[in-house]
Amino acid sequence: MKKKTTRKKSVARRNGRNGIDRLTIEKIKEAAAGIHQSILQGRKPGMKFPVRALSNVHYSPSKGFFELGRRKKERTLTVTTIKTFAQTLKLMELSKELVETDDFATKRDAYYQSKNWGEARFDEQSESDAVMDDIEALFSLYGISREQLRFYPEEHGGAVAGELIVIDRDPETGERIEIDCTRFGTGSYSIPHSVEHLEFKTKAKFVLAIETGGMYQRLQNQKFWKKANCILVEMGGVPTRATRRFVRRLSEAARIPVYAFVDCDPYGISNIYRTLKVGSGNAAHINKFFCVPHARFLGVTPQDIIDYDLPTHPLKEVDIKRAKDALKNDPFFQQHREWVRALKQLLKMGVRAEQQALAKWGLNYVIEEYLPAKLKNPKKFLP
Amino acid sequence: MKSANVRTHRQQGSQKVAPAPLGEQLPPVAPSTASTRRGRGNAPQRLETAQSLARKQREISVSEFFLKNRHLLGFDNPQKALLTAVKEAVDNSLDACEQAGILPDLRIEIEQLSEERFRIAVEDNGPGIVRHQIPKVFGKLLYGSKFHTLLQQRGQQGIGISAAGMYGQLTTGKPVVITSRTGPTREAHHFRIAIDTTRNKPKILEDSTIAWNKPHGTRVELELEGVYRKGARSVDQYVAQTAIANPHARIVYRSPRGEEIVYERATDQLPPRPLEIRPHPYGVELGALIEMLRRSSSRTLKAALQSDFSRVSPRVAAEICARAEVDPDRSPARLTPQEVERLFHAIPQVKIMAPPTNCLSPIGEEQILAGLQHVGAAFYTAVTRPPAVYRGNPFQIEAGIAYGGDLPVDGLVELMRFANRVPLLYQQSACAIFKAVMSVDWRNYGLSQAKGALPSGPCVIFVHMASAWVPFTSESKEAIASYPEILKEIRLALQECGRRLGAHIRRGRRLAEERKRRSYIEQYLPIIGESLQSILGLSDRQRQQTVTTLQTILERSRKR
Repeated sequence: MKKKTTRKKSVARRNGRNGIDRLTIEKIKEAAAGIHQSILQGRKPGMKFPVRALSNVHYSPSKGFFELGRRKKERTLTVTTIKTFAQTLKLMELSKELVETDDFATKRDAYYQSKNWGEARFDEQSESDAVMDDIEALFSLYGISREQLRFYPEEHGGAVAGELIVIDRDPETGERIEIDCTRFGTGSYSIPHSVEHLEFKTKAKFVLAIETGGMYQRLQNQKFWKKANCILVEMGGVPTRATRRFVRRLSEAARIPVYAFVDCDPYGISNIYRTLKVGSGNAAHINKFFCVPHARFLGVTPQDIIDYDLPTHPLKEVDIKRAKDALKNDPFFQQHREWVRALKQLLKMGVRAEQQALAKWGLNYVIEEYLPAKLKNPKKFLP
Repeated sequence: MKSANVRTHRQQGSQKVAPAPLGEQLPPVAPSTASTRRGRGNAPQRLETAQSLARKQREISVSEFFLKNRHLLGFDNPQKALLTAVKEAVDNSLDACEQAGILPDLRIEIEQLSEERFRIAVEDNGPGIVRHQIPKVFGKLLYGSKFHTLLQQRGQQGIGISAAGMYGQLTTGKPVVITSRTGPTREAHHFRIAIDTTRNKPKILEDSTIAWNKPHGTRVELELEGVYRKGARSVDQYVAQTAIANPHARIVYRSPRGEEIVYERATDQLPPRPLEIRPHPYGVELGALIEMLRRSSSRTLKAALQSDFSRVSPRVAAEICARAEVDPDRSPARLTPQEVERLFHAIPQVKIMAPPTNCLSPIGEEQILAGLQHVGAAFYTAVTRPPAVYRGNPFQIEAGIAYGGDLPVDGLVELMRFANRVPLLYQQSACAIFKAVMSVDWRNYGLSQAKGALPSGPCVIFVHMASAWVPFTSESKEAIASYPEILKEIRLALQECGRRLGAHIRRGRRLAEERKRRSYIEQYLPIIGESLQSILGLSDRQRQQTVTTLQTILERSRKR
């Protein structure tokens, strides 16, 4: 066992990714050492976690995303907290092991791993998820994400096609692999669970993040990325952590803008686009890794419905509620007058339109007319 | 139908108060419903009708009254009828044994003859009944030793067992079979008795002597239509509760399913004999007052007041007479109804000492604890309150609580209500005991309680009211009326029991918590040690030291 660990460790080092990994291990050790010290000094040990409640979450206009406030809760080791305390330590121990062996565990994996922990085992995955969220919040303070702790989400990322070369490594040998995203034919490159180690080579001018699989498929099959010199990313509804992190890292590495192309309805605007851009309140501790603050909203805008005379459906009850809620409670939308105007316009019109409504003017109208027209004037995109 | 109703109402009134044509002389005594109905029904010739009705009244038998009003006596549906018949026979047996100073040894048998037909038999080791009385006791309604005395006992009116016999006869046509023996040197008499329902007289079908292995006792057998069910308000429940409230009785019960359950005697101590008392002036009703004075053997009113009532001294008698403006030397039998009414209204204005309470025979805390053992709980407590008085009637409340053990954890607590040791199974929500239980906040005592419901938990609540005159809400004796004094006493008894229960529950919780904490620490400390060892690369000795130190820290904080 020990031997294997050292071998894997050397693999990790060979890959040159030991910088962040060293930090992760260092911080885990630091936390454990703090506890150990307290005990030796005869004090009750404790751990301080940022409070993850919504009351401790606020929107930072300068950074452009939701972030955690400074409030912390201390979990002191007492008789009542001893179980959670033991579980937290065990999860940290697991994380350290995963980093050292260059392995990973999904949330579900971690839950099953705990079945080896005797009385400290988790009875439900929701329990292990909660403890994991605490650890994630704790380490986010040091700029360490959950993926760096080697806890990977279950869901994988979306599809990618276009003028991009992703530099990955062979999971077995650590060998460098270049993946050309133009060479998938009618298929696509699929974003992996963890994207921290990826590097990028691209000459594209922007990233186009698309809500629906249908629209993505059309743009990909017509090689729109070639025409517009861009990278297509399929989000498939609300983007997963991996997708958001991929888009973020890609756009920062290549210094190119991100444009969102979603349905014109409150769900597309306030759930999909907003989550991509500023993250969610529920997971404020991870937003700093996962949001794409410089994303902009290409369409479909409420004004597009009028300009392009799109076929519509009436807004549903939930749509209206969602839009009103965004106007009333969401600091991101309140921050931008353009959005307030757009949402009010949408509510006044009382209708919604899907991306694919553009097919009214012909199946490839979106490629030949709509997108080129829009892309001529990126400054007009909604913030 | 309407006139029949009127007659029965009047009949009931006159049976209770006086055979004399009271109604004509004293309209206020007659039940108001009867008088209004009479007025409405026969407005044009009111006087003649009232008089002719009064004549007819004597012709109508109590038995017929029963036929039309059997719901008043607890025979309103087949399930209840079976229970009531058993109950009446058992009440009589227990009363008889206790009055004779015999530790009761009862055998209750219920045999299912067909879907809805049962034969019940109740056998006791009581003093027996002398031969010539047997037909009257079992074949005549309202015959017995109990109605005319103010004495704490189970039965009150002498209506029960003969009513059961009549119900049996009515539904199956079968007579009541009685075997009774008054002593080892006497013969055992065997009777089969039917009831002549129009004349309220027994009809003797068989009168013989038989060989019986019992030295003394009585066995009553009757057939009736009924329905047997298990669970709440069943005969099973009645017998079980009777055993709890009568720990001095040994009861063998053979259910319709053929199972035989033996409730062994939990104590060899007979309850003390309750003493007979004279009524207290505060509790007497106008009709009863008229009747008592009319029948008094005293020659003067003041003497009658002193000798026929309790707690009436010469001074009190004089004060009552003075307030009523009635000459104390008048003959009590010759007073006019108006004078009696004045006396009646004068009584409450005179301060009279509370009645003596030595007439009460509570079960006693020890005996309640012994009886409750039958439920198999882990914790028991019981409280006997000092005697108290409502409307001149002395009474005494007792409460007990059994908790934990084999009692079911889910659901509401089981409330057992008793009046003079008789379980009350019906009309729970109309009963003062239920109301008092509901008025206590049981959450203070560690039980959970939803709003407007009985508390829940593995718990039996026992409440007993002992009194020479238990104020039932109806003739079928199912619920105790809610006099404020009674409610208050029940509450106080329950609260006392509740406090002890609360202390017990809290102690149990503390212990459980302590155990849990200890095992918690023992379970998770090694895991914390292992984690720290693995993350920090500690040696085994360092790990052990860390765990030991941490344990000391936690133990210290726990004690604080």
